[in-house]
Amino acid sequence: MSLDISFIGILIGSIMASSVPLILAASGELITERSGVLNLGVEGMMIIGAISGFALMVITDNLFIAIIGSMLSGVVISLIFGFLTQSLLTNHVATGLALTIFGIGLSAMLGKDFVGIPGKDFPILFSSLRESVPFFGPILFGHSIILYFAFVLPFLTSYFLKKTKLGLIVRAVGDSPVSASNQGINVILVRYCCILYGGGLCGLAGAYLSLIYTPQWIENMTAGRGWIALALVVFATWSPIKVLIGAIIFGGISILQLHMQAVGFRIPVQFLIALPYLMTIIVLVVISRDSRKIKLNTPTSLGRIFYKEK
Amino acid sequence: MYKNFLRYLISAIFLITFSISAKADFKVGFVYIGPTGDHGWTYQHDEGRKAVEAAGIKTTYVESVKYGADAERVIRQLAQSGHDLIFTTSFGYMDATNKVAKDFPNVKFEHATGYKREHSNVSTYSARFYQGRTILGHIAGKLTKTNTIGYIASFPIPEVIRGINAMTLAAQKVNPNIKTKIVWVFSWYDPGKEAEAAQALIDQGADIIMQHTDSTAPVQTAEKAGIWSFGQASDMQRFAPKSILTSIIDDWAPYYVQRAIAARDGTWSQQDTWHGLKEGMVAMSPYNKGMGADLVKEAEQLQKDLASGKIHSFTGPIYDQKGNILVAEGKVADDGMLLGMNVYVKGVEGDIPK
Repeated sequence: MSLDISFIGILIGSIMASSVPLILAASGELITERSGVLNLGVEGMMIIGAISGFALMVITDNLFIAIIGSMLSGVVISLIFGFLTQSLLTNHVATGLALTIFGIGLSAMLGKDFVGIPGKDFPILFSSLRESVPFFGPILFGHSIILYFAFVLPFLTSYFLKKTKLGLIVRAVGDSPVSASNQGINVILVRYCCILYGGGLCGLAGAYLSLIYTPQWIENMTAGRGWIALALVVFATWSPIKVLIGAIIFGGISILQLHMQAVGFRIPVQFLIALPYLMTIIVLVVISRDSRKIKLNTPTSLGRIFYKEK
Repeated sequence: MYKNFLRYLISAIFLITFSISAKADFKVGFVYIGPTGDHGWTYQHDEGRKAVEAAGIKTTYVESVKYGADAERVIRQLAQSGHDLIFTTSFGYMDATNKVAKDFPNVKFEHATGYKREHSNVSTYSARFYQGRTILGHIAGKLTKTNTIGYIASFPIPEVIRGINAMTLAAQKVNPNIKTKIVWVFSWYDPGKEAEAAQALIDQGADIIMQHTDSTAPVQTAEKAGIWSFGQASDMQRFAPKSILTSIIDDWAPYYVQRAIAARDGTWSQQDTWHGLKEGMVAMSPYNKGMGADLVKEAEQLQKDLASGKIHSFTGPIYDQKGNILVAEGKVADDGMLLGMNVYVKGVEGDIPK
């Protein structure tokens, strides 16, 4: 492998770009789960965000509307989940799975007319600095605004959960909805908000794929990234910063294995393809060994139905 | 999954309707590996289907059918629902096609790019894409400055390996220092992965990208990086107007029309068809002027010579990676060898995944 320093910079840059959808979707799902709701519809919400964003870009020719629209579509579709699980008290797991199946089918149907249309260039920031600054240029500059947002988000999420009153409320609702309710907190409302927030971020994650990463619409283009995001949240033991680490490792090894092939490493290709999954699990399990911390972070009432007796 | 369910439901309705209405019109069914809008492999097959339709024959198609159990179910349902001729248009449908053919001796089957014809109602057909690869290799060898050609490959099957070898041999002829770097993505259609693979090859010094996968993501990545690329299966020029030098186009339409009419008129018989530039099953999209007028002329000449048979893509001496002779000087590889090709020629880097 050519190990010159500028190449490593470019490599890190592309690793960052590939981990963005995972960070966004997992950060959203993390908040949803911390409020005690298990939404397995991440993949479905992402793919709906991807088609809505792309379709709006084609129709309005405005990327801002496309991004906002993709988030709104994620919110709307997660509202269905919210209504079913919070108001009609359906089972979280079954409803989430249904949401994914529904999202994939609906997106394929909506997207019929948008296949094969070339996407637009998404504006990137500081593109001149990317070329001029050695090594750090391709890492720090020349990315879309969404990427910067994604890399700040886990820290904001962490701050929100640990240091703000609202964060405390979310955690309380996730740990013990009954006591939270007795304290006068509207548990259902808080959970609704967290579900919609998660939906919005999943929509944005999908739009990142269809508008920025591979600017085009293809049926099923999220290709299982939603499931990986879900797994990341669990393996990262509901810690936003560990989600970030996990996403970078996963994105990193997916990219590195392609480079290892291009360089001609004599390792079976099938093993290289399995490597990202293996490594992510190993690393996250190793860094999350502290059982006291796991207990602290795990939403105790995750996936349990809550209803207030009237 | 939801969509598949709908498909099965529709197929089931078809089945019931047709079993009631006894013998219906002559119908042709198509099974596709990708969506018809992939602007690559499946798109071209669908163009062929439209030509059959234009010839006055009814057609149906099922898109994005996965290999394995799914494929067998879909093929079986098409056969049961009164289709008289069924085209299965991807290599991985080979066993499923033969299995279903056994149970439906009156239905005719045509399998693309395969080699198994276990029953008299199964024909196979393919195109000599490697002839196109020879032209790409010639152009790539002349244009590369880094002497590195990036190749995104799908699955390690003879068809793909043949393309890699044909391209490398032609490139070596005009530029002995050429190296072919290969990344296997183990998918025919995964734009995200194809784009990442293209980027990895570019980062490793490739200044020309070509693909044996079906999406337009690699050429778009090449366009962004400002390097040359080649389109695959259909004319991908509008996705990367500056970058694309030419595309290998598969033109299935004449074959499909001819076979459909033969089946309708009762003159269909088992065949193994392997057509190329000569018959027009393989064609090249207009050459990009950016490569220079001289090179365009050379490419056009090469295309003519390959079509007329004056030049063969696999002319000896050809050596494998270890330097063993595969084809002796002055000889050309026969079709049997081409169809079973499972070694790289000298100059290709890496091992074939097992």
